Order: sequence, then C-alpha cells, then structure tokens
Amino acid sequence: MTILTDTLAGLPLFSPFIEFGFMRRALAGCLALSLGATPIGVFLMLRRMSLAGDAISHAILPGAAVGYLFAGLSLSAMTVGGLVAGIAVALLAGGVARNSVIKEDTSLATFYLISLSAGVLIISMRGSNVDLLHVLFGSVLALDDAALLLLAGFASCSIVAIAAGLRLVVLECCDPSYLARISRLSPLAHYGFMVLVVLNLIGGFHALGTLMAVGIMILPSAAARFWGDNIVPLILVAVLIAFTGSLIGLLLSYYVNLPAGPAIVLTLGGLYVLSMIVGPLGPLVSRLRPRWHFER
Amino acid sequence: MQQSCMNGSRFKKSSSADAQRIKKEFTTPKGAPQPGTVRGGTGTHAVGRWCSAPLVADDSLGAVMTCVAQAIVRFDNLTLGYNRHPAVHHLKGEIVAGSLLAVVGPNGAGKSTLLKGIVGELRPLQGCVELIGISRENIAYLPQQSTLDGSFPIVIYDFVAMGLWAQFGAFRSFNRKARQRIEEAIATVGLHGLENRPIGQLSGGQLQRARFARVILQDSPLVLLDEPYGAIDANTVRDLAALVRRWNGEGRTVISVLHDFEHVRQEYPETLLLARELVARGSTTEVLSEENLQRARHLAEAQGEVSGAPICQANSIAEHHH
Repeated sequence: MTILTDTLAGLPLFSPFIEFGFMRRALAGCLALSLGATPIGVFLMLRRMSLAGDAISHAILPGAAVGYLFAGLSLSAMTVGGLVAGIAVALLAGGVARNSVIKEDTSLATFYLISLSAGVLIISMRGSNVDLLHVLFGSVLALDDAALLLLAGFASCSIVAIAAGLRLVVLECCDPSYLARISRLSPLAHYGFMVLVVLNLIGGFHALGTLMAVGIMILPSAAARFWGDNIVPLILVAVLIAFTGSLIGLLLSYYVNLPAGPAIVLTLGGLYVLSMIVGPLGPLVSRLRPRWHFER
Repeated sequence: MQQSCMNGSRFKKSSSADAQRIKKEFTTPKGAPQPGTVRGGTGTHAVGRWCSAPLVADDSLGAVMTCVAQAIVRFDNLTLGYNRHPAVHHLKGEIVAGSLLAVVGPNGAGKSTLLKGIVGELRPLQGCVELIGISRENIAYLPQQSTLDGSFPIVIYDFVAMGLWAQFGAFRSFNRKARQRIEEAIATVGLHGLENRPIGQLSGGQLQRARFARVILQDSPLVLLDEPYGAIDANTVRDLAALVRRWNGEGRTVISVLHDFEHVRQEYPETLLLARELVARGSTTEVLSEENLQRARHLAEAQGEVSGAPICQANSIAEHHH
C-alpha cells in the first residue's frame, strides 16, 4: 500500500492530491459538482436556458450577501440566503415573462443585473475586498468538511432526482405540451427542475463562486453536445468532461500558481474549444467529413 | 359549466350499442325535433337521427346522460376563441363513439381551435365541451404546431415510447411486453431499422410517422389529428391513412382536420364543415356539396373584419325565447 502511494506520489499528476489535504478536498468537491451540476447543465442547455442559469446564479448573490451581513462568512447563513433569493428569482423571472410583454431573456437579464449590483453593494458595505472575491470566485481550495458535505449532499439529491425523473425531465424539454396534456406532473417537472438548478448553483457557488458556478454546468454540456446525439450518453460525456476539466484546472492552479476557480472554468472552456474542433458533430469535423456515403 | 350546458335548445344524436353501425347509418343533421324518442337508456333505437330532448331543470341531466351514452364528445353551445373574438361560434352537436369524422373548412374557420377545445387546451368563452367516458389525458391528440423540439437529442425508440405514458407514467420501467409493443408500433409506421436514429435526422414524413407510432401506443379511444398530412408525400399519406382506417376499424373515434377534399371523400364517411359556425354536418357527399362549400367561403370572407365587431347577443336572445 505504501509502495503504491509512494509511486503515485512521485507522479506529478497525483502528488499534489496525495501530499495536500486541501487538494483532495478540492478534487472531491469538483467530483460532486461534476456529478450533480453537470447533468442539470445538460438539460439547461437543451431547454435553451443557459442564460437563465447565469441569471439565477447571479441572483443568489444578494441572498448570500444578506446571510453574510448577518453571520459573516458562514456556510449555512449564506446557503439559506442564496436558496431563498435563487428560487425567488427563478419563479419571479418566469412569472414576469409569462404575464407581461417582457420576454423571458430580458426578464432574466433585468433580475440578474439588479441582483448582482445589490449583492456586490451589500458585501462591500460590510466586508473586505477579500470577502467579495471569495463570494464572486469561490474558494475551492479552502473547502471545509461542512462545505464538502453540503456539496456532496446537493449532488446526491440531484443525481437521485434526475435518475428518477429522467423521463419527466426529458419529455419536459423535448415536447412540453405533450407532457402537459398526458400528465399532471408537468408543473412538478418544471418547478422541480428549477429547484435543482438553484441547489446546484449554490453548491457551485461555494466552490467556484457566483460568477463561475454556471461554468461547470454549461461548458461541459456544450462540449458534450459535439460528441453525441442521444441524451443519456450526452450526460455521461458531459460529466466526464467536467471532471477532467476540474482535475486539469486544479493541477494548473497548483503548478502554475493560478486562482483555482477561474483555472477550472478556463480549462473547461479549453475542452469546449477542443470538442468543437475534434468532436464528430462540431462545425469543423462535420465539414471535413469524407464525401463517401452509405447506400441507404 | 353545467349552467352553460342548460341554456338554449340542443341537438343530439343518440345511438344503440353498435357504434360502428351508426357511423354508416348516419343520415342528416337536420332532422325535425322529435321530443322523447331518445329516452329510455341504452336500449333505444333512434339511430342516426338528430333530435332535441326537452330539458327540465334537474332531472334532465340524468336523462341526457342515459340517452347519449354512445356519444364520446358533446358540444353544447360551444364558443371558443382568442381574445374574446370567437373562432368557433355557438356550436352544438355530438360526436358518436366510433365515428370517422373529417373537419373541413376555410382557413380561420376554427378547425384547429375546435380540437384544442376538445383536449381542453383552450377554455370555452361560452358553452362547454363534454367528454363522455374518456378523460382529457387519454385523448391522443396530434397538434398541427407541436412544441416538439426537433433538435432534442432523443432517438426514435425513446420518442415513440413516450406514447406508453398512460400505463407506465414517469417512473415505471418498461417490461418486455411494452418493449415489444414499442417495436411493433415503429414497424407498423414503417420506421423499422431506424429505432436508434435521433429525431433531428428524420425527414418531415418520417417524423410524422414517428408521431403516429406514438399515437398507436397511446391506445386511445379518441384520436384527434390536426392536418396530419400537411407537406407530406403521397406514399406517407397512403400509409398513415391506412393506419387511420385501422384505428377506426378497432372502434376508435377519429376526428381529423383536413384540407384535401378528395382525400376526405375517399376516406371519411362523415364530415363537419365549419366556417366559425357550423355550416353542415353529415355524410361526406352531402356536406361537401358545391352549395355548402360556397356558403362556407362566404361566411369566412364576411369574417375578415374583426376590429369594432359588435358583441354577440346570440345567447341572450336564446334566453328571451325561452
């Protein structure tokens, strides 16, 4: 056993995680996020709601900021605040779009601009710039037990919910009016999904901060879309890309001394560009595909 | 709802147990009112005739229920519309279980609106649609403009399988029999071998075949098709029309909104001609007469102007008469 760890510790790929507890925690947190948030991101993308995810993640900020105002950098206070604000905006923005001349994208944009500015204002009223950076960009290298448990808990919830409700969520994305006709569970599919989005964004917020939390949802999903045309493999590929990206991002931040959150998200961005170039459904490969074709 | 059902006079067609026979014996929508002939429960033989039963407050409802046991859909003074402009205006009548009915009319005649009213996607402005012996969720409805996202990464097999929702719901897994039914449905519509192809790669005709396969699995006694053959080639139309005939042969009620009169004459024994109001209803040859079609065109043209339209008084006038 010790021989194995010793050899692994010699490899630059593994040594940071074997030597340092905080790196192991960061990796575990990223694994939880990849398993929980990324499948949600796939559905956000397929529902053309990538920007809605962005808006909701920003909406979490003032909620978390109010929690911070009362309790400082306390995990539970910021989580509860973020949860309330996130769900409120998810519901409000949808409601405004449905009941007025404002379209959904504009409605979300207004809410997220208001929330972001309010959140930054509240935090800077009381705290330091370090705290602000912590909230905006997260602290994946400083995850304590409580934060890790929270991430793992949210991830477990969302894995179970997506696995159980896969048929509902798929049909809600693919043919919503059909679902509404044949099943009374259609509102559950919609609102349940939005709650999952908020939960996972809050998980992401603790690790990667409000600005980066959507990154681990949308970027791997978009990258995976270049690789496949069937929903379940798509989710699996997205999870794989998310975890690979997190791993590389963490190693980059360790060896090159970069801030971890942006390093992870930027790596995911790199994997997205790579998928776009080499993925079979990417714009390049589909153009360069050989001219021969099947008989039927 | 019941209040609005009580207003106005009412035409209804009653029937005996054999719905298949009624469809063929259907005669004319304009029978003279014959009060009382339809009473007496399921054993009556006032087949294929329209009649009006006298309605007397409370006990009438029970009488109505028994005398029309074979109807599957009933329209009672039904007005459907958008933004208070009616698209279907004071429609009365019934559709007998087992009918094969074409709904025709000019553009804007309210054909699609009528189907939306039946499945309950649109609340009536006035009157009501009654479904008899079937719930809204069990209607198989193929809308003209579906919300189907053609770019969604789902394969034909999974897409068609959603037709089994009524039995398996959101959570139960498909057993072997169900999987066999799914494969059979796909083979029936001629998509065998394409089970694992994403729906985004299908042609318009193939996608329509897949939607029909989903309807097969829904196994519904009432099938509503809204312009099912728009922009679809002759082969596909032939195959799908055969499927519609098969459904009807199995005793299902099929109501199709169609534009191709030739197709309607060949395939549909009964037709309902709509131009916002009911123009004619009955056997296809009689309904699709030049006179009726011209009347429908005139009615549709007269409805072009909507701004500043007066408020419809039809119902209050009807009430005064009583």
